[in-house]
Amino acid sequence: MQFNLNGREVDIPAHPMRRLLDVLREDCELIGTKEGCGEGECGACTVLVDGQSVVSCLVPFAQVEGRNVQTIEGADAQALQRAFMDHVGAQCGICTPGMIMAALSLGPDPTRRQMQEALAGNLCRCTGYEAIFRAIRAAKRASRRAVTTTETVT
Amino acid sequence: MRTAVSPLELRRPRSVREALTMLRDDGPLVPLAGATDLYVALNFGTLAATRFLDLWSLEPLRRIETRGDILSLGALVTYTGLTRSRLVKQRLPMLIEAARQVGGVQIQNRGTIGGNIANGSPAGDTLPVLAAAEALIVARSASGERRIPFTEFYTGYRTNVLRPDELIVAVEIPPLEGKQWFRKVGTRAAQAISKVVMAGVRSATTRVALGSVGPVVLRARVAERSLRAGQGIGAAVMALDSDITPIDDLRSTAEYRRVVAGNLLRQFWFETGN
Repeated sequence: MQFNLNGREVDIPAHPMRRLLDVLREDCELIGTKEGCGEGECGACTVLVDGQSVVSCLVPFAQVEGRNVQTIEGADAQALQRAFMDHVGAQCGICTPGMIMAALSLGPDPTRRQMQEALAGNLCRCTGYEAIFRAIRAAKRASRRAVTTTETVT
Repeated sequence: MRTAVSPLELRRPRSVREALTMLRDDGPLVPLAGATDLYVALNFGTLAATRFLDLWSLEPLRRIETRGDILSLGALVTYTGLTRSRLVKQRLPMLIEAARQVGGVQIQNRGTIGGNIANGSPAGDTLPVLAAAEALIVARSASGERRIPFTEFYTGYRTNVLRPDELIVAVEIPPLEGKQWFRKVGTRAAQAISKVVMAGVRSATTRVALGSVGPVVLRARVAERSLRAGQGIGAAVMALDSDITPIDDLRSTAEYRRVVAGNLLRQFWFETGN
């Protein structure tokens, strides 16, 4: 079955009812996407399908045919990853890829409420959300600065 | 995952017509859309069905439109789709309130209104809204279409009047007068199944519907009559007791649910008054 995975056209033969999560981890060997609860509660397995965040444990593989799937391995998320390290937004780390994928949907200057809503479907049981919000705010600030710099040179 | 996928079968129609033919000729098939309920059961190994019908790519079922004074919501409209709809915002703002409180963003991006109806959980977040709005469920089969009033749709806990060859294709909302109100009470704001959920419309024919207080989402007919007769909110709260049959379960207790249901009715009444 063909779909676009992290910007590359791929053809993966897998049972249509397999979970997208399992196909990504087992067949595509992209193990950055984690399984937490396996019931759509925790958000650890969040990936983007056509730009929308979904929990890959609840997506039948057949439904990504012809669509764009983005995982933490292919996401343009370096600023967020760096900030999660710098602000200790990760501790055990199992929720982190999902947190970052969910945070990608936020605009350049998110309010606290927007962050809370965007990450409402992502559970963290160790770091706590304050450090995660700090990391996201710092990453967004850094990318705003980057944009400003680019505009100055051109 | 606790279910082996190899014995499972997924039929993938390319049109609504083909889907209806498959339901008629190759059934029984369980329709599958955003899978936010079905795959939870699949993950747990508690899903009895083995043959499924994939609706996800049937774009005609994603339409939101008005026909005359009817607002029609395609069965595949997601919660995210509802919250972004200008028509829904104008006509049925309480449905947007409900949709925003389903799961988290990831679930809202996948879960559909048709799925919420078909799944038939007494805690389904959008269902009290549909009950209070006196929605009609549009069921289509290869041989025709019928409209089922929401309050006649469920026959008991998670059972409904649909025939195996029928598919929910849309839900229709008749014109609605009055102030709309919605509130869900759960353990936390997101990712919670309700302990009590209520929708109300305040008008000359005030309507109140509740979820998680009985085997199906229900209209509080006795309380409604009391309110319409102008007996006052205290009497209506007493009357509500005979509308509901809450139980103790892992989310809450019958006693708590009775108290909260009464409190919600009061809150609805005070917040929608002038």
